[in-house]
Amino acid sequence: MSVTMVEEGLLARAARFSPPRRYLPVLGTFALFIGMFGVGGLRYEGFADPQVFLTLLLDNAFLIVLAVGMTFVILTGGIDLSVGSNVALSTLIAARTLELGLPVVAVVLVVLLAGTLLGTAMGLLIHYFDIQPFIATLAGMFLARGLCYLISVDSIPIKDETFSAIAFGSITLPGGYYLGWTAVFALVIVAVAAYVLSSTRFGRTVYALGGSEPSALLMGLPVAATKVGVYAISGLCAALGGLLFALYTLSGYSLHAVGMELDAIAAVVIGGTLLTGGRGFVIGSLLGVLVLGTIQTFISFDGTLSSWWTRISIGVLVLVFVVAQRVLTRRS
Amino acid sequence: MPETVRTGRVGRALRARAIAHHLFWPLVALGALLVVNLIATPTFFNVRIQDGHLFGSLVDIVRNGAPVLLVAIGMTLVIATRGIDLSVGAVAAIAGAVACVYIVKSPADGAAGTAAVAITMALAVCVALGRWNGFLVSVLGIQPIIATLVLMVAGRGIAMLVTGGQITTVNNDSFGALASGHLLTLPVAALIALGVFAATQIVVRRTALGLLIESVGINPEASRLAGVRSRTIIWTVYVFAALCAGTAGLIIAANTHSVNANSLGLWIELDAILAVVIGGTSLAGGRFSLTGTLVGALLIATLTRTIPNIGIPAEANYLFKALVVVIVCLLQSPKARAVLQRRGDRTPPSPSAPSREEAVA
Repeated sequence: MSVTMVEEGLLARAARFSPPRRYLPVLGTFALFIGMFGVGGLRYEGFADPQVFLTLLLDNAFLIVLAVGMTFVILTGGIDLSVGSNVALSTLIAARTLELGLPVVAVVLVVLLAGTLLGTAMGLLIHYFDIQPFIATLAGMFLARGLCYLISVDSIPIKDETFSAIAFGSITLPGGYYLGWTAVFALVIVAVAAYVLSSTRFGRTVYALGGSEPSALLMGLPVAATKVGVYAISGLCAALGGLLFALYTLSGYSLHAVGMELDAIAAVVIGGTLLTGGRGFVIGSLLGVLVLGTIQTFISFDGTLSSWWTRISIGVLVLVFVVAQRVLTRRS
Repeated sequence: MPETVRTGRVGRALRARAIAHHLFWPLVALGALLVVNLIATPTFFNVRIQDGHLFGSLVDIVRNGAPVLLVAIGMTLVIATRGIDLSVGAVAAIAGAVACVYIVKSPADGAAGTAAVAITMALAVCVALGRWNGFLVSVLGIQPIIATLVLMVAGRGIAMLVTGGQITTVNNDSFGALASGHLLTLPVAALIALGVFAATQIVVRRTALGLLIESVGINPEASRLAGVRSRTIIWTVYVFAALCAGTAGLIIAANTHSVNANSLGLWIELDAILAVVIGGTSLAGGRFSLTGTLVGALLIATLTRTIPNIGIPAEANYLFKALVVVIVCLLQSPKARAVLQRRGDRTPPSPSAPSREEAVA
């Protein structure tokens, strides 16, 4: 008797359960991702294989890290156009310093330092001189691309053994599946970023800034440090993404990652983060990247679709999400 | 004695007003670049007439700067309404793709009539794309930067869909004349861009349209309550921006006699926004200056020309662009100006004070 009552209660509660409004966009992205994978599994043989999913993570590891950094910036209501160029610059710095014979640890440190410095410089311009994020990061984008050409116009191959070992290294999961180290690293970054945003003072200030900068200032929050900080984080993430990209391609080239900032922004938007700032989750950006990656997997599995359908479908997805967000925010 | 004091003060006031003018620093930068060029190549300012056409570096700068100027004119009006149009590069690619594919597919692919139809078709497509952007921004109320991002991402895909992913090459002299032709000794591309500039300037400043655009940019809600049809205005500027972008795309395609959907007009939106910002139009909307945009576009074109002229590899162009953006933006930023002025105040004790007040007045 009592058991059935409990069950009824649970069922009723499950039926009445509706997720908090703020999770709706992320859940939408998740549903979309699952749906796309389901459709792919039905249409193409071998699509539903878990290894396809793991490869998806591996192929998009750098984009995941970029999208994480972009999420911080967009949550404060800013934008960072420089990440694509920053990735290219990072691959080139890595390739050139390795060529000069620096130890791998030093190479990694130099790359991370350069990326963070670029991000910090843009943050300082944005906060202390009131230059719009769009313009300041546009300058950063040109600067990084220009520095690339100064380092080398041609592609530099990376032959370092440690780099190749990391690039091809993977952990074996039960069932004979494997996951590349770079993908694991990207997931760790997502976890760290999610923790920082949800459970630290810095993270709360980021949301507060995106909600309303004047209010955040009046509340006595460290607006300056946070605002510069998010661009520094984005620069750091771009440098990390650049390292992952260098591992992925095993080369440094000034024409790497052209337009990647668009993919990162699109992933963040598809992940349900509001471009006006204040609302969104890192996990959404991860799902956004996975959705973008799934589109590409779709097209490569199909074989008859041309590559440009990727761009068109990304555009359509961004549109759908933006319009849906607009409808949701208007109602609330 | 008092005479000289007065002229001194007037001179100082004039100087202060000149420095406070929004075009002062861009013009100084433009002049400096030209001087650098003149030092590097003493014959830089030479303009000669050959076969009835005007030739010379200065003419080249205006001709090569025409696409960016065109896009920037449309962008100025969009930015004045507090918007931004990121899709112009993609729109340019689509326009070039539509025109070139039509010319290649038509039976008389060398005829002037074919070129005319192709250009009309391309511009009609641009109007449709502009209406789409305007619809997203004004009817659905989506932030302009995101609304136009949709077309920026999808647009190049659409252009590749039109060309079938191929680099389409055309052999049509009338179409090619858009870029390399001359009219009254002047290059057609430059004439188109300057013509659009003059026409826009007249329409915007001689009618109420400019005022309405500024009012929408300063406060859309208040303008609507005051009876301004802000929705129609916003819609119009996006269509105009798309038309400008399409024309620029046609000129670029005509210049190479081909269209590559991937690279045509790549990053032209950034150059255009740069030109607008250098020209002193605030991205926050409201007051705008088309003359400033003209100066900004010429500055970018001159910079692009200067880099190889003084012996720096053309790839370093981006580095200098970044420097110019940062310097011009810093000089225009009120905060940076305040810092500079405080510095200036400390050195000369009192006499500069009244002239600064005059400048403010």
